[in-house]
Amino acid sequence: MIAILDYGVGNVKSISNMFKKIGVDSVVTADINILKSASKYILPGVGAFDYGISQLKLSGMIPTIENEVLVNKKPILGICLGMQLLTKRSDEGAEPGLGWIDAETLNFKLDTSIFPIPHMGWNHIMPKLDEKLFDGLISDARFYFVHSFYVSCAKEENIAASCQYGSIFTCSIHRENIYGVQFHPEKSHKFGMRLLKNFSEL
Amino acid sequence: MLQKRVIPCLLLHKGGLYKTVKFKNPTYIGDPINAIKIFNEKEVDELMFLDIDASASNKEPDFALIEDIASECFMPLCYGGGVKTVEQMKRIYSLGVEKVSLSASAFLLPHLIQEAASRFGRQSVIVTVDVKKELFGSKKVYIHNGKTNTKTSVLEFVRKMEELGAGEIVINSIDRDGMMNGFDLELLSEIKSNTSIPIIGLGGAGNVQHIADVFEKCKLDAVACGSMFVYQGPLRGVLINYPPYSKVQELLSISN
Repeated sequence: MIAILDYGVGNVKSISNMFKKIGVDSVVTADINILKSASKYILPGVGAFDYGISQLKLSGMIPTIENEVLVNKKPILGICLGMQLLTKRSDEGAEPGLGWIDAETLNFKLDTSIFPIPHMGWNHIMPKLDEKLFDGLISDARFYFVHSFYVSCAKEENIAASCQYGSIFTCSIHRENIYGVQFHPEKSHKFGMRLLKNFSEL
Repeated sequence: MLQKRVIPCLLLHKGGLYKTVKFKNPTYIGDPINAIKIFNEKEVDELMFLDIDASASNKEPDFALIEDIASECFMPLCYGGGVKTVEQMKRIYSLGVEKVSLSASAFLLPHLIQEAASRFGRQSVIVTVDVKKELFGSKKVYIHNGKTNTKTSVLEFVRKMEELGAGEIVINSIDRDGMMNGFDLELLSEIKSNTSIPIIGLGGAGNVQHIADVFEKCKLDAVACGSMFVYQGPLRGVLINYPPYSKVQELLSISN
């Protein structure tokens, strides 16, 4: 069973709707016992970085999740702000992130008359060939994005997929059992279904 | 490269899907959930639902129906109709809706835009502006299903909404609603060239060339269409449809 972390930030309902649609067992929860028994985690998130990380701390889930993910190596997928929270810090705020991946969350430096911020809409992505999360999503996959900041990895090996908006930026990160996507698979119909199915089968 | 969006816009009336002409004569199209299932299969970019009863009859949004819609909708979803408070907006987002559209409330309670944008992020706050040509040709903002003329200039209103924090503006032409004879390109160009947030044209789409015209001539970010995606043929037989992705891409490559 996949636990969708419920800390009051992000659209958990859409994610659970899509898991239901693809026949994957999931639960929206902040209950420590349920978290311990779950096999995988989704870290959702929409909104500001500092608000997100402080709400996550307030939820009391961090010590349990840290143990399950970093020690027991259960897979976790951060979505949108959830991915950014996996990084060390963000230009958007002052609070440190979880720092589970050696990366930072940065401001876009683009000509906003040509590339308005937020980067919002459907865009194509370029995944690395051996990334299991993107199995079957190589050629024509497109995903729905809404974000004003992007993740920059310190190590090239942690980049799972890239996207082009003004310039090339990292839209998916991966280190061992830790995954993140900047876009919203739960709102990217068949491509999102495939990605969440892939995650459920890791 | 970011894709331009083509958004079916569906009207809710008495719990069903309806389509109007010039905001009048609502004609029954079908069951909203069935329509969403078809639009899912057709991989539409985004869906927009406007409840045409809620504001006009001063009712609350139908949260149960919104929840049913959201649970079947695996693409970005915008809901509008009868929203007057930040609490209602919060509840709608929690049901799985990304964007809430305000029309009459945006005009009557403009502080709501500011409050909602700072609380939920501006990309979640859409303003739909109903526009109608007055007797002597100037275009004004109308509210309450086109029944009330606010006597406000469209550009002035749109700029105010942008300043208050609206994330996107839908320009909905009452005169072209259901006519399927093309968009109001002149108005859309004027609005687009004087704003910097995404502008969505609505009202008048009858074929894919009309959509291409908006992208090419007005440089809009998205279009929304009602009749075109629910009717087929000159007799307007009901048939939920949407151009295949490759067709849309072909159009865009011409217009780029």
